[in-house]
Amino acid sequence: MTDRNEQHRPKVTIEGLSKTFRSEDRDVEVLSSIDLEVRSGELVCILGPSGCGKSTLLNIVGGFMQPSEGTVRIDGEVVDGPDPRRIFVFQERGVFPWLTVAGNIDFGLFRLGAKEREERVDYYIKLVGLSGFEQTYPHELSGGMKQRLEVARALAVDPDVLYLDEPFGALDSITRLLMRSELLRIWEKERKTILFVTHDIDESVQLADRVVVMSARPGKIRRIVEIDIQHPRDLSSPRYIELRDGIFEEIGLAHKV
Amino acid sequence: MKRNAQTRAERIALSAACFGGVILVWELSVRLSGTDIFPSPFEVTIGFRELAREGHLLAYARDSLVRVLAGYGLAVLAGIPVGILMGWYEPFGSMMNPLIQMFRPISPLAWMPLAVIWFGIGNSAPIFLIFIAAFFPIVVATMNGVRNVPPMYLRAARNFGLGGSAILLRVVLPAILPRVMTGLRLALGIAWLVVVAAEMIAVDSGLGYLIIDSRNAGKRYDLVVGGMIMIGVIGLALDALVRRAERIPSLRWGFRKE
Repeated sequence: MTDRNEQHRPKVTIEGLSKTFRSEDRDVEVLSSIDLEVRSGELVCILGPSGCGKSTLLNIVGGFMQPSEGTVRIDGEVVDGPDPRRIFVFQERGVFPWLTVAGNIDFGLFRLGAKEREERVDYYIKLVGLSGFEQTYPHELSGGMKQRLEVARALAVDPDVLYLDEPFGALDSITRLLMRSELLRIWEKERKTILFVTHDIDESVQLADRVVVMSARPGKIRRIVEIDIQHPRDLSSPRYIELRDGIFEEIGLAHKV
Repeated sequence: MKRNAQTRAERIALSAACFGGVILVWELSVRLSGTDIFPSPFEVTIGFRELAREGHLLAYARDSLVRVLAGYGLAVLAGIPVGILMGWYEPFGSMMNPLIQMFRPISPLAWMPLAVIWFGIGNSAPIFLIFIAAFFPIVVATMNGVRNVPPMYLRAARNFGLGGSAILLRVVLPAILPRVMTGLRLALGIAWLVVVAAEMIAVDSGLGYLIIDSRNAGKRYDLVVGGMIMIGVIGLALDALVRRAERIPSLRWGFRKE
């Protein structure tokens, strides 16, 4: 969908962004002078320990929170609220339990005609591998299936950008691995710009074009690591291990247990 | 899901045995005590037949049900919107809540004297009492439902570009339904409790009237007990009816047991 030129234009531009939570007795600075550019069609992982403000950052970029300083621009336009062109995906908990799988995917399509809605619902049910479950309710699905459903619901409105906040955090480790390759397959097909928040180093190196490594309190960008390995990535290749270990060191962890 | 260990047939057999046991104990106690005031199960059956023959039984049951339906229906129509407004608009909620919480513990029966001076003799007084009884539980259940809608759902709805009224209709309403259903069921139970007491004043029909009238006019305790049984059976049926609603697919998620 995106042409070559567009690929190098910044899609998301974050400039001088800070966020301070003010309460009566003290102010807590959670994010401090964040600058970041994300190219169109890029998959960027924001990696950091819990409490580093990475979720807050994603919430601000998504328009659900106002920054204390600085701006977020998407296609040059300042973000001042949530927008259907950019969809936020939660850890499977955002699916509506009173709607079927098809009903959930259809949820955001109310601006379209009946025929187009039907086509999109069918297409995205197939894309995420939920064929045969159209009329199933979410509580009858597994965690991984609910996660696929939420991704399908987000993709169905054809957004330019997807925000994923630790989307696989609640899944077991095997399902998590499967979901990562599913996400990559879908991303390669749809070429959305993806901002993916995680605290899992392996996850970030497996998925991302670039990993933004953050430090905690206040959250700052410590380093941005380019992951220059083609997909599908060999998780035992020397380059993969080198990049992963580099990030381990950057965060100050020895990878021995 | 331990209850599944019992089959349906076993459950029904056990319940029937329990009923039989109670009737047996009842019959025995009447015989052993030699009372001639309290009726035996057999005498109650005779009384039932007499009521049915005179056409009172069904007519009275119908009158009671109509009153409950009217008072309860009004309470549903008023209670759900008020509950939604109180839950959705924080200032309105905190303005109304103390008032609601003060009225709620007042037994509907305490309103009886006022109901009679306001509505006089006739159907309106018991309908008003039933309304009062059902209104508060419905308001409170609906309000709590709205306040407990997971913020995640609201965020997702805003993200997809829904405006305020669309969020209310497409997200808040379906999200609160299971809680509201629980409130409705509770309220219906209370309404049925109250109709009997309400019919002891102001009207000359209905199951409550049957009980009080049978006692006053000739101490017909067989009819008193007959009326009580009728009330119990109808109450059971009403509850079963509302419970069925919990199986509606788009509601079931709120009632599943993990």
